[in-house]
Amino acid sequence: MITFEHLVVEYPRAARAALDDVSLEAARGAFTAVVGPNGSGKSTLVRALLSTPGAMMRAGVVRVDGRPVRALPRRELARRVAVVPQREDIVFPLPVGEYVALGRFPHTGAWRAANVADERAVAQALERAGVAALRERSTAELSGGEWQRVRIARALAQGGEALVLDEPTTFLDVAHEMAVFELCSALAASGVAVLVVSHQLNLVARFAHRLVLLDRGRVAAHGAPADVMRADVLEPVYGWPLVVTHDPAVGAPALVPLRRTSA
Amino acid sequence: MVSRRTPVLAAAALLALAALTLAAVAWGSVHIPVRALAAAVAGHGDPTTVAIVRTLRLPRVTLALLVGAALGMSGGALQATLRNALAEPYLLGVSGGAAVGAVLATVAGLRGPFMLPLAAFGGAVVAIVAALLVSRAAGGRADPRVLLMAGVIIGAFANAAIMLVLAGAPADTVRGAVWWMMGSVAGADWRGVAAMGAYLAVGGALLLVWAREIDILALGVEPAAALGVDVERSARRVYLVSALLAAATVAAAGLVGFVGLIVPHLVRGAGVRRHRALLGGAAVAGAALVVGADLIARVARPPMDLPLGAVTAVLGVPFFLVQLRRLR
Repeated sequence: MITFEHLVVEYPRAARAALDDVSLEAARGAFTAVVGPNGSGKSTLVRALLSTPGAMMRAGVVRVDGRPVRALPRRELARRVAVVPQREDIVFPLPVGEYVALGRFPHTGAWRAANVADERAVAQALERAGVAALRERSTAELSGGEWQRVRIARALAQGGEALVLDEPTTFLDVAHEMAVFELCSALAASGVAVLVVSHQLNLVARFAHRLVLLDRGRVAAHGAPADVMRADVLEPVYGWPLVVTHDPAVGAPALVPLRRTSA
Repeated sequence: MVSRRTPVLAAAALLALAALTLAAVAWGSVHIPVRALAAAVAGHGDPTTVAIVRTLRLPRVTLALLVGAALGMSGGALQATLRNALAEPYLLGVSGGAAVGAVLATVAGLRGPFMLPLAAFGGAVVAIVAALLVSRAAGGRADPRVLLMAGVIIGAFANAAIMLVLAGAPADTVRGAVWWMMGSVAGADWRGVAAMGAYLAVGGALLLVWAREIDILALGVEPAAALGVDVERSARRVYLVSALLAAATVAAAGLVGFVGLIVPHLVRGAGVRRHRALLGGAAVAGAALVVGADLIARVARPPMDLPLGAVTAVLGVPFFLVQLRRLR
């Protein structure tokens, strides 16, 4: 379980705090989605979790299983929480199998040789992310969708009880997008705490148990998808006229942005 | 996961290096039969042969071996950590700083076998520290691009300083400085070998210990942080040790170009991707390249030595071009 408590994060030379008193939690067995406009602070949440250099935490605390992340050794944190950052480009390509095996670093450290458990974790991760057939391929030869699933496989190989994905479906087509969300959903059902940062409001409304809407560094709304996916909540945050209807096929709330000039 | 080919490749590379080293000790203006070599190394047999082997060839070949290994490892570690295929050991201001130190020492008349390397090493260390401080002041503590730019800028500044100093220097000083910048192991003695050996033993061992972290650092700042690496601290110590290794080679042999750039790519081209194997392979391949290049530099146009840095490039570039298409 990951909890963010009254988090205030600033970037140097920024006019306002990137996160200003933000609290939320990603519980085990739940699919939690963080949504919000560009620059609302979604990715900063991930940076605060990882203590990435650059972002300065002014107040508040991020806890994993009740323990502040600052007090957790980094590899211990990586064993508990797997993160797939928004962007990642490989400079020196390597076979997919070896890339996914790097996910075992938090367990093996500098010297311990990979054992049966490590190899099983890698094989299961490849299988689960649907990329087992790509094992021998070079990361340089993958399509956007394949690369994204290979990165998720690396995170699964870490074997933690929490998974954080930052914009996992950017550049993915409909089928791959759905496959990623189905995978997240299945992981949550198996007891993992899944936290997804996404722009895909309509998709997360169908899959997530809870939505957290960020607006300029603050929590504008949170709750079940039906409570957040409301025109009166979303319109002021996005600054764009929209209506929320219901998806005719599955009944989930669906957002339709309107044209400003009626065509 | 280690490819099944890796042990075979490693054995072949080590055998090739051993053969090359033997040839380099035997070959030269005086040819020494391989049978007489072992006796000469032990100090038996013809006194001239013993002197040639023990005070000229062995230290020279050993220094070439150590310098090549250090440059290969330094280049491999820096390319991964800076995430740049064009990174090389001299990048973080090492070559420029060392050259300024050497030129200043030469101009000041401090030539001896002790002062020049010391001045070069000092200049390199000043440049490394300056590059790290500049990148830190620029706020790019974890961003390798800022450090790369800082290194390039320090190097450019050093080159300008060299030209300004040399513009007013006598012709033989200029010639001496230029020769030094082309690299050579001709003046090798056992004291220099011991110093270089000590640097390589400590620096090389540290890089091998950190090799798995280097695997992770090569993925980039955020993925590395997500996998439990303290990116800033890990990267900084890899930069520092790699640059110090390069500085030690510069003090021992001047600027031996292209080894640190090309050798890691050769090893990657052979299918080695994980850095514990890659750095080990780069040490062996780098050693082989410099020993081979020095052999050619000695025997190609006797009694003149060709500039070592030029021979390493002439030898290495064709290999590199063949491998270029296999890097993906």
